[in-house]
Amino acid sequence: MMKAQTIEEKQYLVRFNADTKSHLHVLDDNICLTKCPDKICTIFCPAAVYKWEEVRMHVGYEGCHECGSCRIGCPHENIRWEYPRGGHGIVFRLG
Amino acid sequence: MPEKFDCIVVGAGPAGTACAYELAKAGVNVLLLERGEYPGAKNVMGGVLYRKMMEDIIPEFYKEAPLERPIVEQRFMMMDKESAVTFSYKGLEWGREPYNNFTVLRAKFDQWFAEKAVEQGALLVCETVAVECIVENGRVVGVRTDRPDGDIYADVVVLADGVNSLLAKQLGFHREWRPDEVALATMEILKLDKNVIEDRFNLEANQGCTIEIFGDATKGILGTGFLYTNKDTLSIGVGTLLSGLIKHKIKPYELLEYVKNHPMIRPYIQGSEPVEYLAHLIPEGGYHSIPKVAGNGVLVVGDAAQLVNAIHREGSNMAMTSGRLAAETIIMAKEQKDFSESMLDQYRMKLMESFIGQDLKKYKDATHHFESFPQYFEQYIPMLNRATSQMFTVDGASKWEKQKKIWRDLGSTKQKFKLARDMMKAWKVMK
Repeated sequence: MMKAQTIEEKQYLVRFNADTKSHLHVLDDNICLTKCPDKICTIFCPAAVYKWEEVRMHVGYEGCHECGSCRIGCPHENIRWEYPRGGHGIVFRLG
Repeated sequence: MPEKFDCIVVGAGPAGTACAYELAKAGVNVLLLERGEYPGAKNVMGGVLYRKMMEDIIPEFYKEAPLERPIVEQRFMMMDKESAVTFSYKGLEWGREPYNNFTVLRAKFDQWFAEKAVEQGALLVCETVAVECIVENGRVVGVRTDRPDGDIYADVVVLADGVNSLLAKQLGFHREWRPDEVALATMEILKLDKNVIEDRFNLEANQGCTIEIFGDATKGILGTGFLYTNKDTLSIGVGTLLSGLIKHKIKPYELLEYVKNHPMIRPYIQGSEPVEYLAHLIPEGGYHSIPKVAGNGVLVVGDAAQLVNAIHREGSNMAMTSGRLAAETIIMAKEQKDFSESMLDQYRMKLMESFIGQDLKKYKDATHHFESFPQYFEQYIPMLNRATSQMFTVDGASKWEKQKKIWRDLGSTKQKFKLARDMMKAWKVMK
């Protein structure tokens, strides 16, 4: 069978040079809690960076592909998005 | 003391590097900034690089650039759940000089291209983020980087910072993109023996094939799947408008798995080993989304300017040409010592007169049309599959009977009119 079926397996294939601090910030967890029943970023993020933990959004920025979808797709403009510091973040080796 | 250059190019992708290359070649003192560990470290592409626009910059680049395979066959699959209607063109003229296009792996290609710009005299500095443009008296005079004492000045700044283009947004050249102006593409590189690739795709050594997949690859939502042959890997991916993923609540990596396991696709990739997973946005707003591209002391090129023809999967070629046109404009501006918007706006005019402006104009309403009317992907592709199956299945029914059955399958008179109208409308937005 094909390998790398789950997102965790896919992420294992990628090289990251994670910074010590996050380049992604959920501005207000309360907005996610009260105004965003779908928590849609937890669905469309291609690296499953966002995980809802009962009352707060966990942001696994270390696995971010820096695509920008969350900044554009958050229906409440509740994500502050920057590039990781120079040389940090994802390092594509091939494609 | 702050550094001063003639020109700073932000981003060493195809647009920025093309611009820096042309400037350096003309003797302009140019700094090429790249936030990745190396050029290409942040870049993703399905993998088709067009020969012509690259050769406008480096003639016969294909004799030394790290390319995968020249493409001799392009297939288009209209895919349903258990079937596909495929259209293909294969021509050996594409397999020899001057070639049409090549598959490439961008991390390798972008490094090579940036090295060529350095050979011409450009200064490449990696691992450096340009965090904002420095604006004085309504004019861009440099960039602030994330390095200590990181302010750098120049007569003109070229924003080649990719689809997100936070810098053009900072300048107010465009608002934040809407989710229907960007497509999210996910892709995997699959390792597979060279001979197996050639057998499966009906290729000789040093020939390549591309397959674009419409319909069930995206479960009916607007987008495409793709499968491209590299030397000893395959690139397989799927891209849909971000708005489509949001509306249908689909996880992009699950959609990628769906494509990989689709019975029409699986046999191509069986036994391969995934070696990298990648995600990236593609600017697909088209003509209507092109931002302001010239200001006082600043130009915008490539993805940052939304220069992608999604219908023909062209982007890196537009990036290169836009970078080259920006360089031409800067060289002229330098001669006249005038970097004002009215001078630099000549870049916009060149852009619009070129194939870039013309092609984006041609398809200006296409993406929006197909997004607004999902029946093309949801209904008409399955219909085409059923009709083809009906016509070519020999079961004793006469061909006239079969045509009647197909006609009945199109639905009521009202539905037939709707279909005819939709085909007319599709023709209108594509012609």
